[in-house]
Amino acid sequence: MSTLLQQLANGVVQGALIALIALGYTMVYGIIQLINFAHGEVFMVGAYGGLATYTWIVPESVKDVWYVSLPIVLVGGVAVSVAIALLMERFAYRPLRNAPRLAPLITALGVSVFLQEFVRNFYPNATAALPFPGVFVQGQLVIGPIRVGWSGILLIGVSVLLSIALQTYINRSRMGRAMRATAQDPDTAKLMGVNPDRVIVLTFVLGAALAGVAGVLFGTYLNNINTDMGFQTGIFAFTAAVLGGVGSIRGAVVGAFIIGLVKTLAGQYMPGGTQYDYVWIFVVLILVLVFRPQGLFGEPERVRA
Amino acid sequence: MRKHSVKSAAIVVGVLLVAGACGTNKTETGASGGACDTSKGTLSIGVIAPQSGGLSALGLGIKNSSQLAVDEANEKCTVKGYKLVVDTQDDEANPAKGAQAATKLSSDPNVVGVVGTLNSSVAQTVQPILSQKKIVQVSPANTNPTLTRGEAFATAPKRAFDTYFRVCATDELQGPYAANYLVTKAGKKKIAIITDGKTYGEGLAAEFSKQATKNGATIVATEKVGEKDTDFAGVIATIKAASPDALYYGGEYPQAAPLSKQMKSSGLNIPLMGGDGIYDDKYISLGGGDGDLATSVGAPTDKLDSAKAFVDAYAKKGFKDAYGAYGAFSYDAANAIIGSLATALNGGDWSESKRADLLKAVGTYSGSGATGSIKFDEYGDSTNKVLTVYQVTGGKWNAAETGEFTG
Repeated sequence: MSTLLQQLANGVVQGALIALIALGYTMVYGIIQLINFAHGEVFMVGAYGGLATYTWIVPESVKDVWYVSLPIVLVGGVAVSVAIALLMERFAYRPLRNAPRLAPLITALGVSVFLQEFVRNFYPNATAALPFPGVFVQGQLVIGPIRVGWSGILLIGVSVLLSIALQTYINRSRMGRAMRATAQDPDTAKLMGVNPDRVIVLTFVLGAALAGVAGVLFGTYLNNINTDMGFQTGIFAFTAAVLGGVGSIRGAVVGAFIIGLVKTLAGQYMPGGTQYDYVWIFVVLILVLVFRPQGLFGEPERVRA
Repeated sequence: MRKHSVKSAAIVVGVLLVAGACGTNKTETGASGGACDTSKGTLSIGVIAPQSGGLSALGLGIKNSSQLAVDEANEKCTVKGYKLVVDTQDDEANPAKGAQAATKLSSDPNVVGVVGTLNSSVAQTVQPILSQKKIVQVSPANTNPTLTRGEAFATAPKRAFDTYFRVCATDELQGPYAANYLVTKAGKKKIAIITDGKTYGEGLAAEFSKQATKNGATIVATEKVGEKDTDFAGVIATIKAASPDALYYGGEYPQAAPLSKQMKSSGLNIPLMGGDGIYDDKYISLGGGDGDLATSVGAPTDKLDSAKAFVDAYAKKGFKDAYGAYGAFSYDAANAIIGSLATALNGGDWSESKRADLLKAVGTYSGSGATGSIKFDEYGDSTNKVLTVYQVTGGKWNAAETGEFTG
């Protein structure tokens, strides 16, 4: 029983991380029908941005005071992620806005490889994994048999809060309405006075900001970052978005938690153990797609941010 | 005007010559540097090892140490008439990249031999390619026993490739040596095993498990992690349920270090033990903690008298990266190739047909290197079977026990 509870807790932490990244996939797809495969790399770049901020910007005297250093590191990580996403949108995707859909998809893969190699070659010592500082309360939250690091709790809290905030923003704000309009019909939205370029840029910025937060919190939680991390986590996030129904905010979050839980529970209880945990994730994905090809929360009640 | 341009051309040539001389002088420290007869041209010693990626800390040490051996040979005019250079190919610890690297090196008629690889899994794809061209390969670091003695290495050993040699001890000694230390000496009786599923980790853990069981320990859990995993909370909770008193990890430090750290912070305070794949300073900087153990091949480099000259020479070169766990072995591997090349050529000319002679010369090579005496048995394995157990104490690897596995 205690193992089950512990594994559930582990699954929720993993799900929270995946959710932050999956939101970026699903939003961009909702607006321009592009699977932005470079989004995992935006997450990775955010972690390196956070590390750079901690190393070179945070003053030595406050490095150990987490409530000062964590916000600075978060701002640094988000700034780098957003900057990269803006460049990516402007120079890689915008010129292909009216190209066949395969072209931006392949470009996304190219951008992904480029960003990985760029960081690996130009960030000092990034050819191997780098230690990431624990800029949060150290130690564990212990509830009975369950132990979760405080940084894991932070990850869950931030992930849930930001998902709700994003959902509210898209449903309630003026810009959110413009986003939904563009998603439904870009041409009509344009006639109604919506500037599609601004909407698309905003979508990339929001997704990248979430990924940047995820990158920094991931580093804080695991104390280790490497240039491969975006690829691995990105695949899970992409799967979560598909599972929940690409384009749906709620779907991405639910899908992410399902994947986190399936991974840890399958590793514990299914035959083959941790060796086959990825297999079960994709078994669940296939089952869902067989019976609901649009994903759990895809059309008809699609939010399509 | 014409005279002027001739003059400036001469200056340019002069500058280039000086720059070129500086380029080579940088790697030559002796007074006799450049005095050797190199009229017959240049021969390459290939190096295949990870120069980027998670394991580059080990791979860069291999490259630099081979470079050191080659530089010294050039100073001493070991190979008459030829200048030696190192041709390094990055395998990124990836078998497919290793195959590309091997193909590239084997297409060059001036490549005499190859030092490498680091990973046993990469060696598996490199061996057949180099073997086709009869290019001798000496690995400083492959510890999987099947590479020399074939699949049935324990019962019916059969030489796998007559081009393949290695200067380090193998996992069917390393695994049991670790088991003896952990079970008999440290008194751990309930052991969990986690591997990364690669050739090296699987082989090592299998040999460890056999001997540990023989010594009276119980293997309470066996799990696998992915090569790109970073969050090990799930697998830790799984083994925690079996309440082990030690964890044996078959794999390398990029996963082992965060695994150790996450295990300890999740309240499972037991030592992690691994093989030579985790014996690197990076293991500690990435999260490996006090009490963790590793076996590695050979005696501790900084304690060996024979290694002193190597360590000093390496320091004098001012390489950016440490020589790492395999530096001394790579130096010996490169020297075995260079020494055998001198014997095989015996002042004659190099051609691809000399490769068979070189193979024979390596087979009978006998020298004293940084890690002790360097000789190969009939399978290409090193006759030097010394192993060392290291433990992290005070944030550093310290030797705990050195010896040979005797059963």
